[in-house]
Amino acid sequence: MRTGWIVAAACAAVLAGAAVPPAQAKTKTLVYCSEGSPENFNPMINTTNTTFNANSPVYGRLADFNDGTTEVAPGLAGSWDVAADGLTITFHLRHDVKWHSNRYFKPTRNFNADDVLFSFGRQWKDDNPYHHVSGGGYDYFNDMGLPALLESIDRIDDDTVRFRLKQPQAPFLADMAMDFAAIQSKEYADTLARLGRPELIDQEPIGTGPFEFVAYQKDSTIRYRAFRDFWGEKPKIDALVFAIVKDPAVRLAKLRANECQIAPYPNPADLPSIRADQDLQLLSQPGLNIGYLAFNNLRPPFTDRRVRQAITYAIDRAAILTAIYQGAGQPAKNLIPPTLWSYNDSVQDWPYDPAKAVALLAEAGYPNGFETTLWAMPVQRPYNPDARRMAEMMQADLARIGVKASIVSAEWGEYRKRVQNAEHGMALLGWTGDNGDPDNFFVPLAGCDAARIGGGSASKWCNPAFETLVKQAVVLTSQAERAKLYEQAQLIMHAEAPFVFIAHSVVFLPMRKEVSGFRMSPVGRLRFDRLELK
Amino acid sequence: MLRFLLRRLGLIVPTFVGVTLLSFLLIHLVPGDPIEVRVGEHGIAPARLAALRHTFGLDQPLWKQFLDYEAGVVTGGLGVSVVTRQPVWDEFATLFPATLELSLSAITLALLVGLPLGIVAAVKRGSVFDTGLMGVSVTGASMPIFWWGLMMILVFSVTLGWTPVSGRIGDMYDVPPWTGFMLIDSWFSDDEGAFSSAVSHLILPAIVLGTQPLAVVARMTRSAMLEVLGEDYIRTARAKGLSGGRVVVVHGLRNALIPVVTVVGLQVGALLGGAILTETIFSWPGVGHWLVESIQRRDYPVLQGGTLLVASLVILVNLAVDMLYGVLNPRICR
Repeated sequence: MRTGWIVAAACAAVLAGAAVPPAQAKTKTLVYCSEGSPENFNPMINTTNTTFNANSPVYGRLADFNDGTTEVAPGLAGSWDVAADGLTITFHLRHDVKWHSNRYFKPTRNFNADDVLFSFGRQWKDDNPYHHVSGGGYDYFNDMGLPALLESIDRIDDDTVRFRLKQPQAPFLADMAMDFAAIQSKEYADTLARLGRPELIDQEPIGTGPFEFVAYQKDSTIRYRAFRDFWGEKPKIDALVFAIVKDPAVRLAKLRANECQIAPYPNPADLPSIRADQDLQLLSQPGLNIGYLAFNNLRPPFTDRRVRQAITYAIDRAAILTAIYQGAGQPAKNLIPPTLWSYNDSVQDWPYDPAKAVALLAEAGYPNGFETTLWAMPVQRPYNPDARRMAEMMQADLARIGVKASIVSAEWGEYRKRVQNAEHGMALLGWTGDNGDPDNFFVPLAGCDAARIGGGSASKWCNPAFETLVKQAVVLTSQAERAKLYEQAQLIMHAEAPFVFIAHSVVFLPMRKEVSGFRMSPVGRLRFDRLELK
Repeated sequence: MLRFLLRRLGLIVPTFVGVTLLSFLLIHLVPGDPIEVRVGEHGIAPARLAALRHTFGLDQPLWKQFLDYEAGVVTGGLGVSVVTRQPVWDEFATLFPATLELSLSAITLALLVGLPLGIVAAVKRGSVFDTGLMGVSVTGASMPIFWWGLMMILVFSVTLGWTPVSGRIGDMYDVPPWTGFMLIDSWFSDDEGAFSSAVSHLILPAIVLGTQPLAVVARMTRSAMLEVLGEDYIRTARAKGLSGGRVVVVHGLRNALIPVVTVVGLQVGALLGGAILTETIFSWPGVGHWLVESIQRRDYPVLQGGTLLVASLVILVNLAVDMLYGVLNPRICR
């Protein structure tokens, strides 16, 4: 009898306990299984995607990309004016932007023009006290040609900064939205300089972004918490953890076990099982890249348009997509991917037609074909998973129309150098875009300046009509007008066939079904502030 | 004993020079350098390339780069990582406790399970247990770590959900790395449940890394015990009327331990090699993980410094093993 009472009392206590609401709501933490460790916490210096991803929750930039697009939108600058000559851009800064804080630094002021001057001065000027901190470098600032482009950066007042350029450059605004254009706090830099620990600026970052950096355990985890004073829409999760998991099979296992909720870069072989898994969803979109076969337009027979077209007809690209990309490639008909504004969808792709190829070759004076070299990269790249095998498939296709192509390869650095020196007949190569601006594809890959010996273009194609259009486009400020010119340029490029466009590789992002509101970005930026976790 | 020790120590210097020279030559034989790895399709302006090569000392002739490096090592500097710009020693010191924790757990498991299994197999020679154990140990010794690790994750973590997939502790615990040993740090942490989370994260990697040494220890103990159990002094001990257990453990095991200790010493090198794979599979932030990455990034200072430190460790353990022989069998020192 007594035992019965005790049991009843215990049950009542448990039920009463269950009815009491928890003292504190459960914190919502999202775990992202990152594919690698960041080199440090400064996207100006270290320019791998992994470092960009680890920094993007923390830092803000003057401009930003609209969620899910390559369109440039206001960031830390609420607006800007471009002068009629295109040489002066005045940024009007938001004045309600607060800085993060940490054990070394409690900000006494909001973000202002001094921070903009400091962040660009650090990358640009050798005499900036922080220029050499963390080894310097600033690859992107240099690669995007900013030292040659910038005339001056001036502080007009606390909330206004004026950039003067040496020549008009429409993609400049897109450059300001790139990761390397992150804004660091001058006040934090001054504090660390006083403490004699300047290097901490790139190890314990202070930014204005939606998440504050909390801690990094090397090769293990990065912790962030939502920044409650963020100037924009507040994040819908409380904390963000990057769990560093380098093996794709293990990342997937962690995703299945709900130890992380987003796991990028899956093995292509795992895609069917991810699609079949009821707990997972698979987001995908064509990457901001292009894999192509470039003809050496400086060297016969590729100086003849009919030869280039014949080879384009002869290559069975559908077979290559199936065999090499295994479903992770989208057929390409233009140099730029369809996610980029100004993509010309009216271009009619070249069909696979060996008979037409033979006829065109005969017309060009090569009825029995010819011998040439087909260069294949020795490495796997985001736009080409297996260049060697792709070259073998092309070699077989070309043999059918009488073209005997011998495959050539070299160590990766050497390969790029020799292709830039135009030693090839045809070469497999590709490109990954940087700032989501079409100029970033057309000029480095098909502009006349890049076509010189030693220049970056593998096609060495220099077409005056095409060149005029892209040069006109780069100085215009209206995106709609620029798009029209680029659309025309793509028609010229299609007819001239300086490249065989193969594919834009597709980027896959597996995540748990509990995650919603996440949009993939064509430039690969991860936005954790917009997503929700059920 | 002192002469023996000095002779052993004298061999360390040429070994170090050999290790540094070999690691230096091997990584320089691999095509590409830290800058070429960084440069993608964009290419790099020749002036900038020259400036970067100068910064990292890559414009010097190879022999000079090597001598500069050796001079740095002698004066106690291992250089700075080309990628993170952090001192190599600091990075090693941060990551090494994780590798040590994993390796010690693996070798402890191998000894705790391998020794008794070997002894029982020897005592019950020819029995089903003996034959079965030897079959299993051959499988264990020849199991590829990568495959074994993934299988364990698939079965115990994904299907059964008994253990976590990877990492050193649950992501909800933010344990500051005071000692770097997660078991110790989590024990003293305020977070309830942190310690048990750390233990559960250690189980699979320790089993995977410990499997090969376990198999080797079990086989070695068995054969050493078999040899010893046939000796005259064991028969004498039995004739004196000592109990079976005492004969096996006190008279048999102590004498059988010498080859077992040798094998355990040799296993340290194998453990560190295995740790590279195990750490990669289980996202265990240790030095193996770090060295693999330094190869991909052509981070010469990390690779050379890391190899040197790991090699030093293997040399020291072998020295310790040699000295342990002396304790187990004083005749060796003469």
